[in-house]
Amino acid sequence: MSPAVHPHLALQLPAWRSRLLLLALLAWFAALALRAVYLQGLHNDFLQQKGESRYARVIDLSATRGAIVDRNNEPLAISTPVESVAASPADIEITPDQLRRLARLLGTDAADLRKKLADTRREFVYLKRQLPPDEAARVVALGVPGVFLQREHRRYYPAGEVTAHLIGLTDVDGRGREALELAFDGELAGRAGSRRVIKDRLGQIVEDVESIRAPQNGRTLALSIDARIQYLAYRELKSAVAAHRARAGSIVVLDVATGEVLAMANVPSFNPNNRERFDPLRARNRAVTDLFEPGSTLKPFTAAVALESGIVRPESVIQTAPGQLAIGNRVIHDAHPQGALTVAQVIQKSSNVGAAKIALELKPEVMWNLFHQIGFGAPPYSGFPGEVPGRLRAASSWRPIEQATMSYGHGISVSLLQLARAYLAFATDGELRPVTLLRREVPASATRVISVETAQAVRRMLELAVQPGGTAPRAQVTGYRVAGKTGTAHKPEGRGYAATKFVSSFVGFAPASAPRLVVAVMIDEPSAGQYYGGAVAAPVFSTVMAEALRALGVPPDAPLDNVTLPPPGAPEIREEV
Amino acid sequence: MLRLNLILLAVLAACALALVTSQHQARKLYVELQKEQDLAKALEVEWGQLQLEASTWATHARVEKLATRALGMRVPPASRIRRVPAAAPEGRP
Repeated sequence: MSPAVHPHLALQLPAWRSRLLLLALLAWFAALALRAVYLQGLHNDFLQQKGESRYARVIDLSATRGAIVDRNNEPLAISTPVESVAASPADIEITPDQLRRLARLLGTDAADLRKKLADTRREFVYLKRQLPPDEAARVVALGVPGVFLQREHRRYYPAGEVTAHLIGLTDVDGRGREALELAFDGELAGRAGSRRVIKDRLGQIVEDVESIRAPQNGRTLALSIDARIQYLAYRELKSAVAAHRARAGSIVVLDVATGEVLAMANVPSFNPNNRERFDPLRARNRAVTDLFEPGSTLKPFTAAVALESGIVRPESVIQTAPGQLAIGNRVIHDAHPQGALTVAQVIQKSSNVGAAKIALELKPEVMWNLFHQIGFGAPPYSGFPGEVPGRLRAASSWRPIEQATMSYGHGISVSLLQLARAYLAFATDGELRPVTLLRREVPASATRVISVETAQAVRRMLELAVQPGGTAPRAQVTGYRVAGKTGTAHKPEGRGYAATKFVSSFVGFAPASAPRLVVAVMIDEPSAGQYYGGAVAAPVFSTVMAEALRALGVPPDAPLDNVTLPPPGAPEIREEV
Repeated sequence: MLRLNLILLAVLAACALALVTSQHQARKLYVELQKEQDLAKALEVEWGQLQLEASTWATHARVEKLATRALGMRVPPASRIRRVPAAAPEGRP
């Protein structure tokens, strides 16, 4: 120690002070190290998540609903994106002038709009759903903060009311609500997916991290419907229902070879593109979901049972004079009393007494058996939601009067689709196929219900029915041989039948030499004077059949001058039931 | 020894730079892919809309109205049809 040392430096500090400082520094570093270990190693999930949320995003990938097309791939229902205008009342800034302009663009009332935006706690409210892209662009051009677009899909039905009952519609959120849209919702809807991506500062996706779930677009549904025939059928049905001031009407067109439904239309119809004015009552596909008593269109089946069991032959004679038949305390009438008729003529002239007399020769079980085999009393399993089985009572409960009325189609109820399908048996030489609404590459296997001979014999009778002397000369088609049967049934009302309310129907097929199409027409309560099936339903059949055969290019099997209408003034062959 | 280390250092630096560039390239390409996919989606949407438009123009009711009213077309009566014996393939006259 030199004496020249400055007195301050000579100051002696206690040694513990430096050690304390050192210790404190060490402890500080240790704490930092521990904290680092804790953050990096032990408690890193939270931080990683926070970090990731700065750049990683999970984006939803919406699935497009599948289209519905007809058998020739013409679209019947297509989904296309539209914009919905939404707003976040929490962050909206809008001037009264902008509010007025926005309301005008959206076609709503300014006061309503203000009310929607009033609740500032909400973060999302739809202002208007499903606008066309150009209108949506104009809304964006207003540049109101807090108003934005939300992409959605909207379903369009190009054929509109023509296919409305068949296709049905979806609700505003794209779920199937009616008819085939409902029945095949699972396949059409597809499955939305999502994936995780990395976005850069500009919001562009720069890296695809992982696909959480791949989106799956809905499957395209190919129907058996032929849009051309569907249009013809709807057009003719609509004009007939209007001309006869009927309550409703239905038509079904079947392909004989495959059992596919080529057309199915109902009147009144609705516009599926306008969901606001949707009325569930008009949306019923009557051809499948409504039952009616078919009347005389059932007589050929009675004849078929009788021929099958061998109790009559087509030329056996049945005495139908004096045009009425008493069974128990009830009397069966013919609208147009005839004398002795052959079985073929009973069908041709549609004699109730004749049919009843034939039926009374039959065992109820035998008759029930064929009716059951031919599909009455069981749903047709076409895949359409809400099919009805119809009513066919057990044979053991039949009284003679019931058996007699059933022979001409009273006391039994069927849907038009069931009736059309049953006629397939006559058109295919006795085989019955399941009907389908979906396009089929290979026809389903058929089951034999009646023998070839019986089917051909009934076919010849049905050909007689549309010629002069039969009940439906107006069902004839130029250039083609046609076979079919009329029905004019009293409507059930209360416990009995209404005297002046009828269901007029016609079921037939053509060309009779090698049938290709079955057409069934039903008109409910025609009230413009005429009500016979031959006058109301047969002309619809004729036009639809003629144009459908032409559209399908079926070669004619008759000369072009084959249509022979009875001379004007000739007595009309009438029938009731 | 020092030289080897220097070479390794240079290789390391080169690798690191290559990684950075390739990552950048990958992202740029991905952005492009994204754009193409968006375009594909937009085209798909447009296709659907065009399909819809086409089927709206080709509505059977509209075609029929044009054919009968604007063009004066109609189905010829039976007397004006002559049938040619079937030499053509089935169903096509």
